Amino acid sequence: MKITREEVEHVAHLARLNLTEDEKIQMTKDMEAIIGFADQINALEIGDVIPTAHVIPINNVFRDDVARPSMDREKLLRNAPNQENGCFSVPKVVE
Amino acid sequence: MLYQKSVSALQHMLQNKEVTSEEVTQSYLDRIEMVDKKVGAYITVASESALATARAVDEKRNKGEVLSPFAGIPIGIKDNMCTEGLRTTCASKMLDNFVPPFDATIINKIKENDMIILGKLNMDEFAMGSSTENSAYHVTKNPWDLEYVPGGSSGGSAAAVAAELAPFTLGSDTGGSIRQPAHYCGVVGMKPTYGRVSRYGLIAFASSLDQIGPLTRDVRDAALALNLICGHDRMDSSSAFMDTPDFTTYLDQDIKGMRIALPREFMGEGIAEDVKASILSAVKILEHMGAVVDEVHMEMTEYALPSYYLISSAEASSNLARFDGIKYGHQAGDYDTLVELYKQSRDEGFGAEVKRRIMLGTYALSSGYYDAYYKKAQQVRTLIKNQFDLLFAEYDLVLTPTGPTTAFKIGAKVNNPIEMYLNDICTVPINIAGLPAISLNSGFDRMGLPIGLQLIGKGFDEGTILKVAHAYEQARVLDKVRPEL
Amino acid sequence: MGYEDYEIVMGLEVHSELKTNTKIFCDCKNEFGGEPNTHCCPICTGMPGTLPVLNGKVVEYAIKAGLATNCKINQFSKQDRKNYFYPDLPKAYQVSQFDLPLCYEGEVEIEVEGEIRKIGITRIHIEEDAGKLNHEIGGTLVDYNRCGIPLIEIVSEPDFRSPVEVGIYMEKLRTILLYADVSDCKMNEGSLRCDVNLSVRKKGEKTLGTRTEMKNINSFSFAVKAAEYEAKRQIKVLESGGTIIQETRRWDEAKGVTISMRTKEEAHDYRYFPEPDLMPIITTDEQILNWKASLPIMPDVRKANYINDYELGSKEASILVASRKIADFFEAGASCSKNPKAVANWIISEVYSRLNEDEKEQGPMPIKGEDLGNLVNLIEEGTISGKMAKTVFEKMWQTGKSPVTIVDEEGLKQNSDEDALRTIATDVLNSNAKIVADYLGGKEAAIQSLMGQMMKATKGKANPKMVIDLLKELLEAMR
Ligand SMILES: [Mg+2]
Ligand SMILES: [Zn+2]
Repeated sequence: MKITREEVEHVAHLARLNLTEDEKIQMTKDMEAIIGFADQINALEIGDVIPTAHVIPINNVFRDDVARPSMDREKLLRNAPNQENGCFSVPKVVE
Repeated sequence: MLYQKSVSALQHMLQNKEVTSEEVTQSYLDRIEMVDKKVGAYITVASESALATARAVDEKRNKGEVLSPFAGIPIGIKDNMCTEGLRTTCASKMLDNFVPPFDATIINKIKENDMIILGKLNMDEFAMGSSTENSAYHVTKNPWDLEYVPGGSSGGSAAAVAAELAPFTLGSDTGGSIRQPAHYCGVVGMKPTYGRVSRYGLIAFASSLDQIGPLTRDVRDAALALNLICGHDRMDSSSAFMDTPDFTTYLDQDIKGMRIALPREFMGEGIAEDVKASILSAVKILEHMGAVVDEVHMEMTEYALPSYYLISSAEASSNLARFDGIKYGHQAGDYDTLVELYKQSRDEGFGAEVKRRIMLGTYALSSGYYDAYYKKAQQVRTLIKNQFDLLFAEYDLVLTPTGPTTAFKIGAKVNNPIEMYLNDICTVPINIAGLPAISLNSGFDRMGLPIGLQLIGKGFDEGTILKVAHAYEQARVLDKVRPEL
Repeated sequence: MGYEDYEIVMGLEVHSELKTNTKIFCDCKNEFGGEPNTHCCPICTGMPGTLPVLNGKVVEYAIKAGLATNCKINQFSKQDRKNYFYPDLPKAYQVSQFDLPLCYEGEVEIEVEGEIRKIGITRIHIEEDAGKLNHEIGGTLVDYNRCGIPLIEIVSEPDFRSPVEVGIYMEKLRTILLYADVSDCKMNEGSLRCDVNLSVRKKGEKTLGTRTEMKNINSFSFAVKAAEYEAKRQIKVLESGGTIIQETRRWDEAKGVTISMRTKEEAHDYRYFPEPDLMPIITTDEQILNWKASLPIMPDVRKANYINDYELGSKEASILVASRKIADFFEAGASCSKNPKAVANWIISEVYSRLNEDEKEQGPMPIKGEDLGNLVNLIEEGTISGKMAKTVFEKMWQTGKSPVTIVDEEGLKQNSDEDALRTIATDVLNSNAKIVADYLGGKEAAIQSLMGQMMKATKGKANPKMVIDLLKELLEAMR
């Protein structure tokens, strides 16, 4: 599977990664190798085998609808690089 | 020396008041002070809080309070489990300054049992890697030979046990991250069945594969550790509604008539001669004790690795998306727009391997590729699970090497991701199928590096694994027990 | 060619907050407002290591909403992650449902200009709400209080052909959700909002035109206005030889226009995949039957019943069923009343005017439906006069007491005791000789004055019909 630079840039944008020029070159190479390796499974004819998302058969795990105290706001925000008026703050989002 | 004692020995000594928790804790802290400069197992050592907790436990014991059997026992924690008030980095620059405001369920248990947290252990960044070279902090060295890697991603957890920097530690295992470093460092590492141990507070790598488990000096300690960490948790939807047996009851049992499968696919090409020889000698010992070991075929094994890398990377790409520089973690200094803030923070915060996996996972989930990669990998998962079910219809356990080779030199594989991924070939099928497995030392190669033997059990049948592992451990003869440091 | 040569095709995605006590995946309370980030915990703010556990009530409410809109239920359902970066989404993915929503293939009937139209419901799925962004001059502040509030997303088929239908459908959906008691549907708190997908095509054409999407409209009238504007805009573009760009637009109420929200060319690729942290949801036939049984009779059925059983007009019936509270109230009154139609009139003329919009839908009623029914019965039986009934009703509204109690306590019972009235009438005639003379002299209107005296003497309680009859009888006898 050939991976193009454009694909790398597109995927990097989806993943919100700012790759440097060098990183893009390296990543194109690495992804080609890894995708090539992963392509092994495409050779496999397995028809309509049901995909397994959960390996143990547990269903219907529910919480009771009972409120418990929330976290102290100061504690909740303690790790935020920028905060203002009890909020996380980010650069202005264009509406 | 106190730091050389096993958990079971320490429990005994503490309960009989032959020694105080403070003395035990101090002996580890001294050992860390002296030896960890060479090994680099820890990212953060919590000396002060460890000693304070130890003194408090001793006081409780002196007052005659009824204490947990684990009270006063020190433990080391892989740095991907959230500890309230204690920095939790995932060995990433991204979380360099992250101090969780809550405890993981597993940490709650440790605290409820009055245990002593010695510190947080090094790992591959976000648990992605097989050598602990992907840490943003430092490379942990293999205590048996400091020029070699300790394995990964729980390299710090394995090295700490091997170098006697903790009586036991916790690691996490997504594709072999407990067992492979246990194999490289000559200790016991156990991955319980998926769902046995709560994942709440374990910073996720791949949610459907991750499982916390212990790294210990011997099988008895592994059984004790499982008693401590297993059990249902309402905070984790994937936590099984299973009673936790006393796992030590499986020890000291006869293994006569036990049926063990030895799949050829794990003993063929790519497996080092010394490793094969060691596994075969272990087979002889087991047979001598009355177990029946059959060579078997196991199909689909060659597809486990690619399918593992697709599933784990896809889940990781989503799990790691939350690290965006807004709520916690690294924030880039230079940005104008929101998108720039995201991209720059993530580019600066994540290391090369993490970015590779995020890219692979994003690609595999992206429009047009989902069916070919992610869905196909999940289908392969079904088939691998079926293969294990077939084997377990006839056998009690499956035996394989833990890894194809022993530890490699630091730096030897950093430039070749595929070669690095191949280290996981023996361990990933177990995560894909959600099964329990242990790795324990079966000897040393010609370089003097430890070799690991892997025993895989049926889902929730950790007991049988411990039973056979313990019997083998009692019977095996090792030419050395601890590394010289 | 012009506006009338085009057909408008619209589909709706309605988001409705469920009225659970707690959020969808954590124990924080589900409550509107509050100081920023005070209804939050590590789970709903997506801290590393945290895991979701589904609130069981969310499943129940979503399935009830599905049953109330005639949906089929996926008895094996799962949750999926929808991945995208935005500051209101702390995990950078929204837990939603992709290929196996809880409910699918439903239908809602709406009445447009007297005609019944069926709107197909494609699916109803559960998902978590995002946080709120407050745009300030220097930057944007993020409040996660709303993050993790449980939502259902009700996706309709592209069955709408005019903006008016959109408004009627939204109103109808709101009524249904209130009946099912799964959502408060408070528009001003954003607990019901919709996205409108709209395209136009020349009449007779089979293929759909390119559609635009208008997001997050939180008022029925805005939805109608936005659709009207957008349809005209698209037709104008096409008529002038242009093409429609598939894009997201937003309704600007102040300017009365839709505005493109695209800042950059960006194809969305949500990379949906099964949420590994949440387990499948399996519902049994029994559970579904129980939930179905717990639902009240829906407005359409009630309306038909009112028309058939009580001979109400379609319009009156529509007013009564618009709110479950009123409909229940009416039924309580009608079932114990000799004149259900009169009960309906009382509600429409008296009860309605005393309630504001909120009170029509929730909160306790000052009086019981049965009491209104009994009030109507008192009139029917002649126990009180229609005029007196208004007084009694006012007292009922103020005190919550039953009409019988009020009539008894206040002694408001109409006096229909013929002997007693005859005695009083004789007294009145005796002491008003002049008026009697006037009457007998041919001034028949003088009887009104005598009537007034009678009412005064009985404090207004005399049965007026009997009084007139008595007075006439006695006066004639004096000739
Ligand atoms: Mg939605
Ligand atoms: Zn919360």
